[in-house]
Amino acid sequence: MAYIDYYKVLGIDKKATEAQIKNAYRKLARKYHPDVNPNDQNANKKFQEINEANEVLSDPEKRKKYDQFGENWQHADTYGQANQQQRSRNSGGGAPGGNPFSGFGGGEDFSDFFGSIFGNGGSGQGRQTKYRGQDYQAELHLNLQDILQTHKQTLTVNGKNIRITVPAGVDNGQTIKIAGYGSPGQNGGPAGDLFLTFLIKDDATIKRDGKNLFVTTSIDLYTAVLGGEIMVDTLTGKVKLQVKPETQNGTKVKLKGKGLPVYKKENEFGDLIITYEVQIPTNLTEKQKELFKELSQS
Amino acid sequence: MNQPREELIEATVFCAYHQVAHSFVYSLEENGLVELVIFEEQKYIPKAQLPQLEKIIRLHQELEINLSGVEVVIHMLHRMEQLHQTVTNLENRLRRYEG
Repeated sequence: MAYIDYYKVLGIDKKATEAQIKNAYRKLARKYHPDVNPNDQNANKKFQEINEANEVLSDPEKRKKYDQFGENWQHADTYGQANQQQRSRNSGGGAPGGNPFSGFGGGEDFSDFFGSIFGNGGSGQGRQTKYRGQDYQAELHLNLQDILQTHKQTLTVNGKNIRITVPAGVDNGQTIKIAGYGSPGQNGGPAGDLFLTFLIKDDATIKRDGKNLFVTTSIDLYTAVLGGEIMVDTLTGKVKLQVKPETQNGTKVKLKGKGLPVYKKENEFGDLIITYEVQIPTNLTEKQKELFKELSQS
Repeated sequence: MNQPREELIEATVFCAYHQVAHSFVYSLEENGLVELVIFEEQKYIPKAQLPQLEKIIRLHQELEINLSGVEVVIHMLHRMEQLHQTVTNLENRLRRYEG
């Protein structure tokens, strides 16, 4: 647990007046407030830091204690002991040597450093500023097959089970907000929100662009020239395709409605686009070479 | 009124809970930042608008941003969200050609 220079956090001088502290806090709060920095964990963390600094420096009594013992907080036994004991009973002790701000992510309101001087109830000793809880971010990794149909899924986020609906056709990187599932609020403030981002992995052979799927399939030269039947992999299994005679390399074929379901539109589907890659035969026998020569001269 | 009553919160109750003046919420309505519903001469807030309205109140109370400032911030956030969505879409399209 390291000493936190609250003056440095707010970017002010140790002799700053109440008005200067307020100004500095306002300026930083406007920059780092979670509402103006959605999905930004660094800004959230910074906001918690400046809140803590403001909580101490804007309260004359706390500021006095901090100025008196701040840098020598480890020796602040006079008033610290009672709070330390209270704190140990509440939390089972701190995390020596850890991140001074480690308390922020775990539902605690202030850093261990703050707790060591003012106790966990520090914020209750003076003003009761309501703060909204921190937002949480989570990722849900899915395969293309997982988004073919709308389904329910249970997730565990920070120890809480949340049952969510995974909508068919959801896009990669799409984020949904689950209100109230973030960190609890402070001093009666509202809980933060959970932002859940869907990360959809492409299939080894099938690529996605929005609602459409793309697959490249090899066909041999003879099928390309003479036509024939091939089997093509789709997300829902193999399909049989008729290849027309004299099909050129790079020819695209569209299978209508065989793509992904369209997000939030029932019974609407994208297309599957198949690109033919004609394979030129290798390791030809002498006889085959002769036949090709004959063909080229005909 | 098309919405069921349980989907509506009386504006005066909301204002008392959040300790904001009624005029503040009505100004937001005038500026098109929230849509209130009138039923039997009472103004109601649709539940679906609560997150947006509470965000506006936090911006106003915690950051001391005036109504004009809040309006700008909300529009910029909306624009930012649209751009974020565009970038995500472009990244997804790019993946097709990269791998």
